[in-house]
Amino acid sequence: MPTIHAMAETAPILEARNVSLRFGGVRALTEVSFAIRQGEVFSIIGPNGAGKTSMVNCISGRYRPTEGGIWFDGSEITRVPVRRRAALGIGRTFQNLALFGHMSVLDNIMVGRHHLLRRGFLPGMVWWLGGAQREEIAHRREVEEIIDFLEIQHVRKAPAGTLSYGLRKRVELARAVALRPKLILLDEPMAGMNLEEKEDMARFILDLNEEWGMTVLMIEHDMGVVMDISHRVMVLDFGRKIAEGAPDAVLADPHVKRAYLGEADEVVRDVDEPVTA
Amino acid sequence: MATLTPAGDFRTSYRADMTIFPTRGSRLALWLGLALVAAAPLALGRYELGLLINIGIMGIAALGLNILVGFTGQISIGHAAFFGFGAFASAYAHEAWHIPVALCIPLAGIATALIGLVFGAPAARLKGLYLAIATLAAQFILEDFFARAQWFTGGVAGRITEPFALFGWVADREESFLYVVLAWIILMYLGAANLLRTRDGRALIAVRDHYLSAEMMGINLAYYRTLSFGIASFYAGIAGALYAHYLLFVSVEAFNILFSIQFLGMVIIGGLGSVMGSLMGAAFMVLLPEVVQAGADALAGGAIDRALKLGASISFLREMAVGAAIILFLIFEPDGLAHRWRLIKAYWKLYPFSH
Repeated sequence: MPTIHAMAETAPILEARNVSLRFGGVRALTEVSFAIRQGEVFSIIGPNGAGKTSMVNCISGRYRPTEGGIWFDGSEITRVPVRRRAALGIGRTFQNLALFGHMSVLDNIMVGRHHLLRRGFLPGMVWWLGGAQREEIAHRREVEEIIDFLEIQHVRKAPAGTLSYGLRKRVELARAVALRPKLILLDEPMAGMNLEEKEDMARFILDLNEEWGMTVLMIEHDMGVVMDISHRVMVLDFGRKIAEGAPDAVLADPHVKRAYLGEADEVVRDVDEPVTA
Repeated sequence: MATLTPAGDFRTSYRADMTIFPTRGSRLALWLGLALVAAAPLALGRYELGLLINIGIMGIAALGLNILVGFTGQISIGHAAFFGFGAFASAYAHEAWHIPVALCIPLAGIATALIGLVFGAPAARLKGLYLAIATLAAQFILEDFFARAQWFTGGVAGRITEPFALFGWVADREESFLYVVLAWIILMYLGAANLLRTRDGRALIAVRDHYLSAEMMGINLAYYRTLSFGIASFYAGIAGALYAHYLLFVSVEAFNILFSIQFLGMVIIGGLGSVMGSLMGAAFMVLLPEVVQAGADALAGGAIDRALKLGASISFLREMAVGAAIILFLIFEPDGLAHRWRLIKAYWKLYPFSH
């Protein structure tokens, strides 16, 4: 059972302050604030359409919050373009697989090294001169470490599009890990997996957190896994935060129970009111 | 799909695992092929050598288009205009500034790449049909420029060019120019193969396969879409310059939209996203009319010839054969000759246990 006492005082690596996101009249997120501490496994749960993926998209830069801001590692990233966030130390996997289907598994993971590689197209085209070969070999070594860790050695040369679902999920994780992120965002890493694959994935996530020192933000529907491996859990419902805290405490929260069982709740009651903006 | 390395061929270093030609058989085929082409002037006539040179020149241009269309997933129907720009640029640089032809060719490539970057700017934001129309505009703007800029192209009269010369060796005949094209082919194909096993090549494919996650990996979409256009134009410029110094005459009307579509045909027939496929597609497109011609000649005087007047309609037949080939490939082998070649190799490797 993970402990959080040691890091209770550590500074937050990610902080969302009053984040709201609106698409026209649809309020995807309403004034959500939370902080993820360095070295934590933090899960976001909630019913379908609660705004979990929207929140992750705000952090990864896909969406820009309508109001509020996001701070990462001490600086504001609300308006930083998506492509710069890899270098800052944010990696993510997608809910619906987003691998480069025609590339080999190896190349997919090497794309994760993009922001760490220095040789562009000119040194690249003259492979032997200009150090491109040397650089590729050095990074290949690190990528092979990740391949060993995630146990995908046997498919490293296979085109990613031909793999089974569980393997693709693992390759996607490998690609995100190859970025060497400080914070890794996992959008439903266990969706559609069988029990054994889920256990493997849970082990990988714990190892990433404990041995590789990555802070993990995870969206997951499997309550058993969430309660087992998370240090803290945040619950969203209709785009509002309704609870946050240790897994057991959150599970016992009456708002959460109502959100999942579908009863009326005063916290989310005002979603029916028209948007004034 | 398993990778088809022979049993017992174990890679013991990452370096050995990254080679372009992975097996001994493929390396042997490479050297044998190069030796055969190098020895071709001993055995072939000028006409056949001319065909080889054409395959080489078209192969370079097709490879450029394949990097853009096949690897980056963008589209261009103005490739012939860039090809033409390279041809005129090289001819003009030699005549106006007396730069040696050997230097004019790479300079023409760079100049064309710059022009390509200007016209490729919309490629940073556009995709698919919209980009197709934007490149169509490039085709017509450049064609119009060729027709009006007499100082650059010689106008409708065309422009005479000088043969390739290096340290007193003049490549003014098929027998000698073949080696110039061969050298450029090797350079350009190695360059592309190397590009694709390094950072920027992977980024191009990532942009094609899944641009959202490519962006998340830190890839600048606009940069790579534009870069791909620049590289494609560079290849077209080099090929155009070689073409100019091979024919020793460039005229405006050659670089029309039909020629652009032929390049697209080469890339589709050869195989989108395959380096060697570009050369196969170019060879197919250059040789197809010859085969049609040979077929018509063989039937000459017979009943079919008299009924259909093959001799009189040969030019239509050639065009129709090209169109039919593209349609048939799209239906039966959309991955092109390169894919078919892989299947044939796998068949022999696994024979008689094909499953």
